[in-house]
Amino acid sequence: MMKTFTKIKGALIIGITGLSVMVILGIIAIILVVVIIGGKSQFSWEFLTSFPQDGMTKGGIFPAIYGTVLLVLIMSVAAVPFGTITALYLTEYAKENSWIAKTIRFAIRTLAVVPSIIFGLFGLGFFIKFVGAGMDNAFLGGRLVWGQPNILWASLTMSLLTLPVVIVSVEESMKTVPRELREASLALGATKWQTIRKVVLPGSVSGILTGSILAVGRGAGEVAPLLFTGAAYYLATLPSTLHDQFMVLGYHIYIMSTQSANVDQTLPIQFATTLVLLLLTFILNLIGVVLRSQIRRKQK
Amino acid sequence: MKEIKIKIKDLTLHYGQKLALNNICLEIPDRRVTALIGPSGCGKSTFLRTLNRMNDLIPSARISGEVLIDELNIYDRNIDVVNLRKRVGMVFQKSNPFSKSIYENVAYGPRINGINERKVLDEIVETSLKRAAIWNEVKDRLRDSALGLSGGQQQRLCIARTLSVNPDVILMDEPASALDPLSTSKIEELIHQLKEQYTIVIVTHNMQQAARVSDYTAFFYLGELIEFGKTKTIFTNPTIKQTEDYITGRFG
Repeated sequence: MMKTFTKIKGALIIGITGLSVMVILGIIAIILVVVIIGGKSQFSWEFLTSFPQDGMTKGGIFPAIYGTVLLVLIMSVAAVPFGTITALYLTEYAKENSWIAKTIRFAIRTLAVVPSIIFGLFGLGFFIKFVGAGMDNAFLGGRLVWGQPNILWASLTMSLLTLPVVIVSVEESMKTVPRELREASLALGATKWQTIRKVVLPGSVSGILTGSILAVGRGAGEVAPLLFTGAAYYLATLPSTLHDQFMVLGYHIYIMSTQSANVDQTLPIQFATTLVLLLLTFILNLIGVVLRSQIRRKQK
Repeated sequence: MKEIKIKIKDLTLHYGQKLALNNICLEIPDRRVTALIGPSGCGKSTFLRTLNRMNDLIPSARISGEVLIDELNIYDRNIDVVNLRKRVGMVFQKSNPFSKSIYENVAYGPRINGINERKVLDEIVETSLKRAAIWNEVKDRLRDSALGLSGGQQQRLCIARTLSVNPDVILMDEPASALDPLSTSKIEELIHQLKEQYTIVIVTHNMQQAARVSDYTAFFYLGELIEFGKTKTIFTNPTIKQTEDYITGRFG
């Protein structure tokens, strides 16, 4: 009696877990199929490399790709060093249970769950209205240059959003540098900083890399923070300075599907743009996952 | 008895509330091998690590008493730990080469001391590897990764790395416990050669090893130093019953 019950329970659990997996796989498959079928007629080299034409009903999406790449580059330049230094402090210098370490960890956790639109508002309020406008008033006699949405403020806002991801993954990889190696270095009379520079950092390079790629993958797909901080509806030229606005893939999809003159006509363009964005984030995440698994293998 | 290199006076160490070393007094002779024996968890390694202040890395460790090396208390306030560790080298239980080339592993110590001149480094690397009796095995592949060496070779490389900064004292924490008998005998032979120039303190679980390599033996039990003396005396004619029981394998 008991035995059959256990068997049924086992079968039920296998069934439920299997079904959940199928549902998730199914959703991914549907998204991919729909996007690929809808966008494949538009997807071409031409589409990737040319500007939108005729009120964005024809042509390509090159400015949006360019803007997205530029955005994630500037974002990484800000987030990766800052995140690495924070992780360094947490793993090497802060005492595990000191109130300051606890506070920092709490702040990171909180930062990670703040809705992205809030980051957008913060960027608008802090970077544009406070820092940017302050710079204009202080150095440019009030001429409006930095006190408006642009790619710099958008990237910095985005770097705040991705900072938790960077910190956590760099911290993880620093923790995996074996204690024995740190001790070997210290026992040779190396200072703490020498040990960090010559043993800990080289040992966690791949973790830093993984962290940045995951952050970039996250940043490339975000739209909400950019609404307030620098994404443009349409630009005839590419951004050439840090105080230019820019086009970005995610936002491009949004406006094409809500504010275009003829939404139905541009449907293939929307699908193709979605495909590009999906591919971009997918490739970035794949690289991150592969790197991470290689680090894990190396540690065994 | 030879000249005294390290003098330990009333050394007591707590991990948090737990007493790990109780009032240790010991005099370690210069250029001799001193073995620390005793059952696991009785404070041998902890004691070894007080000699180059590696226990400083453990936040909960509290120490009182004195450790005098060449008459200088290493727990004195104005002692520079970094300099101390250059004089008191350490070889660990698990060989721990850096994931760098063989050459760079040995050059690590000199480099952090600011030596960057190729010729000088070459020379230090060669002498250190020769002293660690591994030069002939690696001289043709100094640029290869140290992780490609066998366990025994890695351990001798770690010894070479320790020698590269010219210490006077070498602490060894069960340096051969993870090695096969052949590699073990090479390490023991090496210890024998090294004691002409260095004061060696070695923790070992292997009674025969202690008997083979050491001149003096200290028996630790439950954080206390039970007996210390010439190895021959300790092994053939111990004065304390506990020592005899341990050596003859009646407990531990």
